[in-house]
Amino acid sequence: MMARYSKLVLLAVAVAALLVSKFVSFDSYFLIVIITIGINIILATSLNLVNGYTGQFSLGHAGFMAVGAYSSAAVTTFGGTHWFEIFGGVTALSTTSLFIVALVMGGLAAAVAGLVVGIPTLRLRGDYLAIATLGFGEIIRVILQNTEKMGGSRGFSVGGTYTTFFWTYALAAVTVYVVANLVHSAYGRGFLTVRDDEIAAEAIGVNTVKYKVVAFVLAAFFAGLAGGLYAHFVGYLTPEGFNFMRSIEIIVMVIVGGMGNTAGVIFAAVLLTLLPEWLRGVQQYRMVIYSLLLIVLMLTRPQGLFGGLTWPTRWLRKKTASPDANAA
Amino acid sequence: MLELKDLAVSYGSITALHDVSLSVGQGDIVTLIGANGAGKSTTLRTISGLLKAQRGSIKYEGKEISNQPAHEIVARGISHVPEGRMIFANLTVHENLLMGAYLRKDRAKFHEEFEFIFGMFPRLKERSKQVAGTLSGGEQQMLAIGRALMSKPRCLMLDEPSLGIAPILVKTIFQKIVEINNSLGITILLVEQNANLALEVSSYGYVLETGRIILHDKSSALRVNERVKNAYLGG
Ligand SMILES: Nc1ncnc2c1ncn2[C@@H]1O[C@H](COP(=O)(O)OP(=O)(O)OP(=O)(O)O)[C@@H](O)[C@H]1O
Ligand SMILES: [Mg+2]
Repeated sequence: MMARYSKLVLLAVAVAALLVSKFVSFDSYFLIVIITIGINIILATSLNLVNGYTGQFSLGHAGFMAVGAYSSAAVTTFGGTHWFEIFGGVTALSTTSLFIVALVMGGLAAAVAGLVVGIPTLRLRGDYLAIATLGFGEIIRVILQNTEKMGGSRGFSVGGTYTTFFWTYALAAVTVYVVANLVHSAYGRGFLTVRDDEIAAEAIGVNTVKYKVVAFVLAAFFAGLAGGLYAHFVGYLTPEGFNFMRSIEIIVMVIVGGMGNTAGVIFAAVLLTLLPEWLRGVQQYRMVIYSLLLIVLMLTRPQGLFGGLTWPTRWLRKKTASPDANAA
Repeated sequence: MLELKDLAVSYGSITALHDVSLSVGQGDIVTLIGANGAGKSTTLRTISGLLKAQRGSIKYEGKEISNQPAHEIVARGISHVPEGRMIFANLTVHENLLMGAYLRKDRAKFHEEFEFIFGMFPRLKERSKQVAGTLSGGEQQMLAIGRALMSKPRCLMLDEPSLGIAPILVKTIFQKIVEINNSLGITILLVEQNANLALEVSSYGYVLETGRIILHDKSSALRVNERVKNAYLGG
């Protein structure tokens, strides 16, 4: 029953996104904000799988986003002409399919990068992941700065701005759906045991390395998708756009929302995207106020806004019907 | 059923176990006693695959199992209740128990273990929806034991089940350990600081001192051994 609900919710979000994008016209500033929010929801929700639910500490989410952004941009920019030749010109169908292929390629490229970084580092217990991902983010940035074909540090003009409200929110819904259902499934409880006590998890037979790698690679994939959306939204990429501060911004969303709380993290992604916009009026104090608010929040609610509460996502969960539930 | 031979383990440059040999017979309760830092936990962690052995062998039911991954060891029927309250604090009691059966495929039969565990520890049944982090120390220990039983082990290794628990509850926990051994026929390797109780419930005992087995005998004999009495039984 719950399973049907959560699929219905997913469908409802997708339909709503479609209707909104067809019949409501936003002014362009509002659209920029609303799409940025959607992209941040994808980034924060996916990072929450690693930093929240699995209890690891990745500092390189912007790096995976960069891999996705540049890879997908390369697909549409360099492959676009061929694609349109093959599929009979620039039509709605050919651009949409090109965009989907580019997004998927971006996600996959980021996932592969996740695998390469994750497998050696996640075998080790401890803070190696933080260091490795920090290094990864910087390496990606330096590589991009020196890749002339992708514009180097001057930046790269993306072949087309295909990202729409619909695509952003459809993918955000998919991300939330996948993460929420995953961590509340019988299989997904494994992530939580790795976070709660890695040694005890191993002692009962959980392959903790595998769980950490799965979480990390999946998160990288979604970060890659977000990167693809971002690339085809802003239309112009610079390596600086994916610096360390970008990773920190996403981590802050996860912490403010409450590590391992999907609803809280979504809320924080919305709030922390809007907050700097609201503070535009006091331009020179903006970052000061932003930082102060974060400090106050961490002092008053160290577990995050929603930390410790689980109810907001219960209705989104796929209930795992278990025969043993009766035994309890 | 379980045979360690010349087992050596180190943490980096610190050697924690030198040539440890011990054997646990089918259906027995065997105890491993020793002072802090003697290497008791290290021994159990090596058996359950959480640590790598440098040298030596671990045979279980005649097969070499040293240096296999932990999930292999659990799948073979050895279950380890680690030292300290290593329960999953953010999962409920019920979810913790379910996780104990993580490697089992026969979900339909879980209720048998649930019944046994809840029969043995009614407190866990009352709190099955409660988040495990909020249980008392004693309840967490019961949960840790229950969780280990959910994997349907043939050999259960307990690391200091009496740690930080009120004396009255310690007695109960030890009774339950004997009950597990009696009614389920599970072989038990018990690590304890509380040598008195451990030697009471076990049939055979090993004494570990700075990574070496210095003494082993029937538990009844160890209880009257002068050296054991002075060092571990409070004179
Ligand atoms: N992770 C580790 N890194 C380095 N040394 C360790 C580690 N764990 C244990 N040791 C060392 O190995 C030796 C044996 O430790 P172990 O935990 O096996 O002792 P124990 O007999 O279980 O003691 P206790 O009764 O206090 O639990 C000790 O000297 C300890 O300091
Ligand atoms: Mg110990």
